[in-house]
Amino acid sequence: MKLESVLAAKGPQVFTTPASASIGTAIAALARNNIGALIVVDEAGIPFGILSERDIIRHFAAADDPEKATVGDWMASPVMVASPADDAEAVLRTMTSRRFRHMPVVESGRLVGMVTIGDLVKAQLNEYRGAVETLETQLMDA
Amino acid sequence: MSGRADGSQGLDVAIIGAGPAAFYAAEALLRDGPPGTRVDMYDRLPTPFGLVRHGVAPDHQKIKTVTRSFARVAENPGFRFFGNVEFGRDLTLDDIRRHYHQVLFATGAQTDRRMNIPGEDLRGSHPATAFVAWYNGHPDFQACEFDLSQERVAVVGVGNVAIDVARILCLSREEMEQTDMPRRVIDALSASRVREVHLLGRRGPAQAAFTNPELKELAHLADADLIIRRDEAELDELSRAELEARGDHLACRKVEMIAEFAARPAEGKRRKLFLRFLVSPVELVDNGGGAVGALRLARNRLVANESGALTAEAMGEFETIEAGLVFRSVGYRGVPLQDVPFHERWGVILNRLGRVLDSETNEPATGMYTAGWIKRGPSGVIGTNKPDAVETVAAMLEDAAAGHTLAPVSCPQRDFPALLRTQGCRCVTFDEWRLIDAAEQALGASEGRPRAKLASVAEMLACLDAEGEGPSRLASAAG
Ligand SMILES: Cc1cc2nc3c(=O)[nH]c(=O)nc-3n(C[C@H](O)[C@H](O)[C@H](O)COP(=O)(O)OP(=O)(O)OC[C@H]3O[C@@H](n4cnc5c(N)ncnc54)[C@H](O)[C@@H]3O)c2cc1C
Ligand SMILES: NC(=O)c1ccc[n+]([C@@H]2O[C@H](COP(=O)([O-])OP(=O)(O)OC[C@H]3O[C@@H](n4cnc5c(N)ncnc54)[C@H](OP(=O)(O)O)[C@@H]3O)[C@@H](O)[C@H]2O)c1
Repeated sequence: MKLESVLAAKGPQVFTTPASASIGTAIAALARNNIGALIVVDEAGIPFGILSERDIIRHFAAADDPEKATVGDWMASPVMVASPADDAEAVLRTMTSRRFRHMPVVESGRLVGMVTIGDLVKAQLNEYRGAVETLETQLMDA
Repeated sequence: MSGRADGSQGLDVAIIGAGPAAFYAAEALLRDGPPGTRVDMYDRLPTPFGLVRHGVAPDHQKIKTVTRSFARVAENPGFRFFGNVEFGRDLTLDDIRRHYHQVLFATGAQTDRRMNIPGEDLRGSHPATAFVAWYNGHPDFQACEFDLSQERVAVVGVGNVAIDVARILCLSREEMEQTDMPRRVIDALSASRVREVHLLGRRGPAQAAFTNPELKELAHLADADLIIRRDEAELDELSRAELEARGDHLACRKVEMIAEFAARPAEGKRRKLFLRFLVSPVELVDNGGGAVGALRLARNRLVANESGALTAEAMGEFETIEAGLVFRSVGYRGVPLQDVPFHERWGVILNRLGRVLDSETNEPATGMYTAGWIKRGPSGVIGTNKPDAVETVAAMLEDAAAGHTLAPVSCPQRDFPALLRTQGCRCVTFDEWRLIDAAEQALGASEGRPRAKLASVAEMLACLDAEGEGPSRLASAAG
């Protein structure tokens, strides 16, 4: 399975932020949209960083003056990206071994979506369930 | 709980499409929906079951038994089927809004993906979608012509559909006589002069999309030798490392089988089926008369990209293979439906986990849902559509419980199918489908086959109108 079939049923929205936004604004966006990470993009919309819940917690614990921090201060950059034609299984393996939970998906430099480790595990589970379901009905109706 | 225009309680749902996703959704709705839930299922064809009828290979009859569990869903008193009704032509979104609380689109992927290379549209180059639909008796594709007088055929892609296409091209007459293909198709395929089929994979054995039972079948065809080049069966370093990291025994087995088949000597059967790896067509070459005569292939190596996935990269070496018939089996693609938001890039209905989204606001469009290939794209086996449909139905029932539904002003039970008939639409009920089914099975039995498909809507309808006039009329309707 390709990443594009994971993205297809996720809707077109990808949540992004400029690096100049305040951490407070970013936290509000995460809460409002019930998501775990924002992709940091430049003026042309090209992703160059990511700010996840985990980055926020880690920096918050170490920060003297968290109110003054910007997304650019706390983001992880550069960011690893995938392409829509990548095998979901390979990307899942990379995310597990590198301990990323979010992967932006980029096509010809343009951001087209983001997959989470949860999306990939769910897709893989459904693939297995589907194979089992198909076999079961065949056995039952044989 | 939703009220109806006639004052009774219950949820009225229209499902567009009658493939696996539609049936799995109907099953979940009728089981988990509020008391009085009713489902009307519409399909543009007189026959239900979507790709189980028109995709699943005709020599894989066992897989088609899944339709028995779908037929059990159809026995539910809350279920009605209206075949031969096309959404966008015979039924509009306005009709739906006036009659139903919710609509679920499960129309599958009706067309093919493009390769975007020069020569793709030369005569003799066809999408596998058309060939598959033709040999499976899909009424819209019976006029297609494939030049089976060619000796050499190329099939681009190594997914399970490509394997189906290659296998069907190599079946012996005897094997074909066990299938449910229309008689005309069997005759055309039997007269085929095809001697070589070249299956072209752009990546290596470890990345091949086909599954192991399908590969094994290729190696045991009565009429064709499976031939794999040893150098192409061998794994590169990256694939070897990937396979190790995956720890996936099915993938390891696939690679082993490929190596085993590559080491086997050919038995001199009538046809040769070449399974190639690490080659990408870059151009289909004109034979001088506007038809395809050859394919120019680039040789590839695998490279790991940033995310760890292995992709094909051209090495700058080329080869040419002659072929007068090409089937492009690089994937299916969904088509937009009238008044339903569509996501062009992915070729699916614009949705989030099954809720159709308004294309301007990206917020859920009230009462509209989707499931199956038109929701998530053309991948997965029949059963994969079950968890997918169940996810959508959960969203539908959550919204219905919260009162977020369409507001119908009339009842489907009262107006349908009468309304369709006044518009000149001859819709086919599930009981009528059973008559078509019985006629096809009877016709098949008379030829010692599991079924012989009727391949035109006219034949199917004639067979219904012949009902009561005895089996001879049924047989003659089948032509
Ligand atoms: C060639 C091929 C072979 C396959 N073989 C196997 C196999 O052996 N085993 C396996 O498990 N899986 C197989 N699959 C996969 C399986 O068929 C799919 O997963 C499944 O059919 C997808 O279900 P669906 O309901 O989304 O779409 P479909 O099965 O395509 O059903 C969609 C339905 O919607 C109808 N429709 C479309 N547009 C309209 C409209 N405007 N109005 C009304 N109705 C409409 C169509 O007529 C069709 O009946 C195969 C797929 C293909 C392409
Ligand atoms: N017997 C069965 O169970 C059965 C039978 C038929 C279908 N199905 C299912 O139905 C779904 C659809 O099957 P499918 O075969 O259409 O799709 P698929 O499994 O996605 O395979 C598509 C194939 O086309 C190749 N491809 C894509 N773009 C290409 C290009 N531009 N040039 C060259 N090659 C290209 C892919 O290679 P890459 O991998 O390199 O992209 C892949 O080999 C699958 O999930 C399949 O399992 C199941």
